[in-house]
Amino acid sequence: MTGLLGALSEAWDEVRVHKSRVVLSLVGVFLAVFAMTTVTALGQLVAQVQQESAERGAGRPATIQVNAFDPMTGMPPDAEEWDAAVADFTERYGITTAASVSYGEGLYRLPGGTQRVQTVRVSPSYGELHRKEPVQGRWFREGDRASLSPALVVNEAFLEALGVPDLSSRPTVVLGGPTPVRATIVGVVREGYGSELVAYRVDRSGGPWDDAGSVDTAQAMYGGPTTLELWVQPDQAEQVMEIVSRDLGLALGVQVDAYRQDASGMEETLAMLRLAIRGAGIVVLVLGGLGVLNIGLVTVRQRIREIGVRRSFGATSGRIFSAVMLESVCATALAGVAAVGASIVLVRNLPLERLLNDGIPLADTPGFPVAAAVEGLVAATAVGALAGLLPAIIAVRAKVIDAIRF
Amino acid sequence: MTLLALEGISRQVDLPDGSVLPILTGIDLTVAPGEHVSIVGRSGSGKSTLLNILGLLDTPSAGTYLLDGEPTDHLRARRRSRLRGEVFGFVFQQFNLLPRRTAVENVAAPLLYARGRDFLRRRRTAAEMLDRVGLGGRADQVPERLSGGEQQRVAIARALVRAPRVVLADEPTGALDVETGAQVMALLAQATAENGAALVTITHDLSVAALAGRRFRLEAGRLSPLVEQGALGAATSDRSSA
Repeated sequence: MTGLLGALSEAWDEVRVHKSRVVLSLVGVFLAVFAMTTVTALGQLVAQVQQESAERGAGRPATIQVNAFDPMTGMPPDAEEWDAAVADFTERYGITTAASVSYGEGLYRLPGGTQRVQTVRVSPSYGELHRKEPVQGRWFREGDRASLSPALVVNEAFLEALGVPDLSSRPTVVLGGPTPVRATIVGVVREGYGSELVAYRVDRSGGPWDDAGSVDTAQAMYGGPTTLELWVQPDQAEQVMEIVSRDLGLALGVQVDAYRQDASGMEETLAMLRLAIRGAGIVVLVLGGLGVLNIGLVTVRQRIREIGVRRSFGATSGRIFSAVMLESVCATALAGVAAVGASIVLVRNLPLERLLNDGIPLADTPGFPVAAAVEGLVAATAVGALAGLLPAIIAVRAKVIDAIRF
Repeated sequence: MTLLALEGISRQVDLPDGSVLPILTGIDLTVAPGEHVSIVGRSGSGKSTLLNILGLLDTPSAGTYLLDGEPTDHLRARRRSRLRGEVFGFVFQQFNLLPRRTAVENVAAPLLYARGRDFLRRRRTAAEMLDRVGLGGRADQVPERLSGGEQQRVAIARALVRAPRVVLADEPTGALDVETGAQVMALLAQATAENGAALVTITHDLSVAALAGRRFRLEAGRLSPLVEQGALGAATSDRSSA
């Protein structure tokens, strides 16, 4: 026990006494671990951003899109029958997240005149399925479906066209058409290209004005959901697609098509990205380790006499080896701790959402990856051990009598 | 009772041209506990090699080296290292203090290789040892700030800190002026005597050699007693020619 304590004490003493040399030798390791840890952490955040960005469009893995229509007429099934069949299906198979979505255009009375705006009519659960994170206000909730004033979530361009800076004034907008109704804007999302206006409207708004604002009700855009989205386990996606086509088809007497719409290959892409980042980090770390090795080799040759003196004190070969090795390990481990700390401070204080995600809040903001921190520390220690190996061998092989030179 | 015994010790090295260079030949020497022995000789006469063998830093080519009556030729490297730390203390001509360590850290350094209580109390023991050599007030000075005499006193304290049974001193006054050398040598002799340790000194200085109870001359690898005035004179001329 005292042998280990002695070796550690000796190593620490060497680090303490030769602070300047040690610090200089560790600059490379510090930078390498800092870079590797930071890049790994940022890589994970970028991956999260990419994943959320993809999921905003195509849904979370695995999202099954279901379309139903009469093969003879091409018309969707009756809305109430469809809703009942879907409710029965999701309950029977324990599917907890299902959303309806339909696309169309709505008429909105804006200060510049009535304008057609691309409108997506969705159920509240669509937000969870597509990671909708409003930059202002909120996403739809179940209560909005019964609201007498239809709830809207619009993009920033829409809000600008409406002439209001934010939601503090609880802005409303009149949905045009034969039976106009005043809708309430409850949230703002960052979507659309340039000045393109985008609006989301909760489905099944209560009251006779359910179709208010529809450009053409005959399109049945808002008459009943023609597209159903189901969020299921990725490994069950194939099975669900088969079952939903069969069961809903039999229940409604219509043709039901189901296919997976999320980016199923994204995991592989992200894995490749992470691998590339890790590879770059390792290269940087090896370069930093070479610096430590170089200085370690030069230093151990300068310390041959000291090593000889220690041998005269009774230091065994093993003890000399472990002391030189531990000196390197202690130093690089300290550099690793400092580098990981600096990396955490940097990553936590970078405006990542603004830089990486167009200012959209991340639905699941990952914390600083513990794995990256642990990897950084382990890598620093490993570099210390590797870089200390050669000097330690040289120290042990030094001829004591030549080193001391009586 | 004999502490160290060299019996017919020889040491030779193989040269690159295939020839053999004898360094020590048929050395017989005994050292008793607490005894003071000095060895004088020219440069290249094999003094350092003899000290290396005595301190278990080197092994003889032939002959037997007994430590406490036990042969040392079959000792494993690890055991040799441990015995070296426990039995011997070394004093070097150039002090060989660890640079940038304070005096007390230097004196405590051998105790890093001790075990148990000796290891745990090393700094306190080192401070006490520095007090004994009169450097208690300079314990926190680094060697670079100490005079030559002070550095050698630190080295003496370091050699004695593990209470060795033998102190091997290589030209302990070689880097000091005459007056300081005499003081340091007196201190070394006194401190080793107080510890009950044997002292083996290699020196060019006959006045230093004269402090020893037994004196030897090493010439061309052969050891002989140094007792005659003529021989002492020869050793003195050796130093002036060195």
